[in-house]
This record gives sequence, C-alpha cells and structure tokens, in this order.
Amino acid sequence: MADWETVIGMEVHVQPKTRSKMFCGCSVADVNEPPNTHVCEICLGLPGTLPAINRAAVEACIKTALALRCEIPRHTKFDRKNYMYPDLPKGYQISQYDLPMSVNGLLEVDGRKVRIRRVHLEEDTGKLVHAGDKLHKAWESYVDLNRAGVPLMEIVSEPDLRSADEARDYAIELRTVLRAIGASEADMEKGQLRAEPNVSIRRAGTDALGVKTELKNINSFRALHRAILYEVDRQQKLLETGGTVVQETRGWSEDEERTFSQRSKEFAEDYRYFPEPDLPPLELDRAWIEELRAALPELPAIRRARLVSQHGLTAGQAAIISADRDLADLYETAVMQGAPPLPTANWIVNEVAPTGKLLDPAYLAELMTMLQAKDITRDQAREAYFESVETGRTPAEIVAEHGYRQVSDESELRVIAEAVIDANPKAVADYRNGKTQALNALLNELRKKAPQANPKVARELLLKLLG
Amino acid sequence: MPLSKDEVRHVAMLARLGLEPGEEDFYAGQLSGILEHIDRLQQLDTEDIPPTAQVVEIASRLREDEPRPCLSQEEALANAPAAVDGFFRVPSIQEET
Repeated sequence: MADWETVIGMEVHVQPKTRSKMFCGCSVADVNEPPNTHVCEICLGLPGTLPAINRAAVEACIKTALALRCEIPRHTKFDRKNYMYPDLPKGYQISQYDLPMSVNGLLEVDGRKVRIRRVHLEEDTGKLVHAGDKLHKAWESYVDLNRAGVPLMEIVSEPDLRSADEARDYAIELRTVLRAIGASEADMEKGQLRAEPNVSIRRAGTDALGVKTELKNINSFRALHRAILYEVDRQQKLLETGGTVVQETRGWSEDEERTFSQRSKEFAEDYRYFPEPDLPPLELDRAWIEELRAALPELPAIRRARLVSQHGLTAGQAAIISADRDLADLYETAVMQGAPPLPTANWIVNEVAPTGKLLDPAYLAELMTMLQAKDITRDQAREAYFESVETGRTPAEIVAEHGYRQVSDESELRVIAEAVIDANPKAVADYRNGKTQALNALLNELRKKAPQANPKVARELLLKLLG
Repeated sequence: MPLSKDEVRHVAMLARLGLEPGEEDFYAGQLSGILEHIDRLQQLDTEDIPPTAQVVEIASRLREDEPRPCLSQEEALANAPAAVDGFFRVPSIQEET
C-alpha cells in the first residue's frame, strides 16, 4: 500500500492586544466577567449605530503582517459576512473578504517555509451556552455578547504543513512571534489564540489536494496535535475502506479524544459578502507602516540563532529563552552586565522559565557570578534568587545575611560525612551490596546537615569514605 | 433573469423569513424586477471607472483605542424578549453532532 501524505493549512484567530473592541468603545472583558456587561448599542447591533475602526487593532495587524513578511496593499476594506445566528446580533460579522489588510507572507518553522496567504482583521462573536433537557427536547441557548465585537486577526497559511508535529510547531512559533512583537498575549487558554487546522491526506507523490476537514474547538497545542493525529487516522481508514472524506467542519472533543461532525443543515455556507457600507475603506499611510516596520524588535527566529552563535547556547536553551521576550531580554542584559553566559542560560531555563519570576538583570549577573565562583551552592543561589525577587534586596546582601557559602574543602566536610555514615548503617549496607542509589540517600542526609557543602565534593568524599 | 421559487425560498431561509404559501411567486416577481434593473445597469460601459464600495469620500478614519462606558446589564437586556441570569435567552440553538 502506498504511503499517505498529510497536508495541513492553518487558520489561526488571534486577539490583538487592545483595550477596547474592534468597532466600539466597549472595554475588552476578562474571561470571567458577568455576561453582557461589556456591550453597547454598537456591538449589540441596535439600529442607527455606526461602527468605527480601532487604530490599535489595525496597528497590531500591520505589525503582525510585517513580522510575517506580508505585503500590505494600498487599499483595504471591510466586508459584511452575512449569517443569521444569535452569536452576532447584527446578523453579520464585519470581516475582510477580497481586499484583506495583508497578503503573501512567510513564516519559517524549523527550516520549513510556510507561506502565509493573508492576515486580516475582523470581529469576534458572542458566546452561546446551550442548556436543555434531552428527554423533553426542551433546548434553549443563553447568549453572552461580551466577546461580540472583540478584535480578531485571522492568519491563514497555505497548505504547506505536512504533519501534526509541524502544525503544532507552526502554531507555537506564531505565538512566539506575536508575543515578541507585542501584537497579542496569545494565551490559548483565554481564547486569545485559536488554531483551526484544515486537514487532508493524499497518496505520497501526488500533487492534487484531497478533500479537507476543518477542525475546531482546539484549546491547547497538545489538543491541536492530537486532533490532527486522530483526523489523519480517521481519513486514512475511510479512504482505505472505500469510503470518502466529506468536506466539513469537525469539532475536537477533548474528553472523548475524537473529532465529530459539526455539520448543520441550516448552516449552508452562503455568506453573501458585500462591502461594509458603514465603514470607510482604508488607505493605510505608508509612512506609518514604515515606522512600524522600523520599530519591530528582533524576531524570535533571528534572536534564537544569535543566542546560539553569539553565546554558545544549545538549540534547546536558545528556543526556551527566545520563546519569551522578557526572558530573552533578561538573559542578554544580565550577560551584558557580566553574567557568565552558559551558567546563566542554564539558570534561566531551569529556574526562571518554569516559575516566570524575573529578577533585575544586574542582580542576576551578581548572583550568577557568585555561583560561577563556587562561593555559594546552587540551592543557596536558588533561595537567594527568589528572596531577591520577593524583597528587591541584592543577592549579595541576602547571601551575607544568611551566611550562605559553599564549602568545597574536604577536611571541613569530613566530620559531617563520617557522622552521616555512622548514623545510616542500612544505607551504607545497601550501597556496599551494590545498590548504588543508596549513595543519594546518604548525600541527601549530608546536605541536610551541611547545606553549604559543595555537592560534587561531598559526593566524592562519601565515595572515598565508603571505599 | 427571473428568480426561481427555490431561490426565493433559499434567500428567505438565509434571512430567517417565513413565507406564506403563494408568497414565493409574489417575491420571485419583485426580486426578479430588481435584478432586471441591475442587469440594465450592467450594460453601462464602466471600463474606466474604478470599483466603488463607498460613496462617501472619506478614507482611513480610525478611532483611538480608548474604552468608553458600556451599557449596564439591565440596559443591555432591556429590549430582549427573554433573558435569564444576565444572558439573552434564545430558542433551541443546539449544534448537531
């Protein structure tokens, strides 16, 4: 049987960082606000109201387009996408159809060039809560319009991705870029980044695209990965048993770990787009665009490569540090102020990235220098780090106050090591009987009694004493 | 080009309009008249005229990103035919699975 090739294009909706909605002055609500408290005449679609375009949303979209190396045409406009559904009370969504804000971009992910078809602006819809009684078929839906009219950028890729891994990595890279340029917080859990993969398969070596399905309800990168794996497998089984794939939207069920058809007979796609008569077309000021282009920070891919070439980090370290602009800035500033590059990278990856607690770069440099000089143990450095974050006092002060120091002198540790060996006959016996992990128990005991002990020296000392 | 009854029914469905029996023919006639008028306009030579989506000569008007007060929940729901717990209540929109 010939192999199948997976073909994936991505549609990603991203909420740009704005204070107010796309077309009205309602503030953008947090996730847990009471329903219908961030709405006004405009986003409720009341008669006689007029939308007005949010400059910050346009700016975020331009920055995103530039970071994704898109062209920004001279003319762009908004269109009405007509559909009747209670999540948008106007009866249409304001989106962009044939003249989007930007086209023809590129995002490189681990060496694969993914073409970006377009990045455009639109408005989000409200939220429906379905409630009802299966037995009596007495369904009703509750509508919260806090999200209706919240700005969204839609980033559409060409079908250039070839696996679930690539699709996930593309989405992660996109998030990294969006955060780096400050266009969006892109928090998936808050619905600020929603990935909808279009998935099809074809026989390897053929060019024609297979029939695709579009997957929705994906709330994490992990879900994105698993939904695609499931869908590819489903399509493959269908095609190999003489079935056909139906072009449709399928939802991902996290609980059941499967996709399911979301087709709705009444929802035939017939959007009757037409230019939004209530909004003027946009002729974006080229000088403004160039200003935004010049102000873009170094993009994550470039920074990642530079961290490797300039500071000698591993690709893994560079990826973690450059994934977050604050981490990368902290790292580079600290190194500039004298922090040793490799131990500091290691520190940021293991201590800072998982906790998200950032220290002043000068303080980090001071602490890393002490650690590098073996003046203090790693455990002590960790204590001092978090205490410094909490109190704002310098690591040197904290280290002095606690009397932190690292003892690397064997003779100072020998008495304690001997006491530990005497007090733990069972561990000693275990070790001598070949249970090498018993050494760790002894080492832990020693470090409890002497936190200042250099772990490496202590280990060698124990080994020597156990003979 | 006259509109068929099926097309009228389709458009009515998209707009969620209920048609009485016989109304399909009535609206098919009216809507066909409008389309015929558009067809006549199509005969004009517009070769040298740029497409126009807007008749007002304003472009690129942007609003600063400054939040303004919203309506209260009570005001927002004031005209709703039905509301419950701060939500608008609408009949049976249940996604098919």
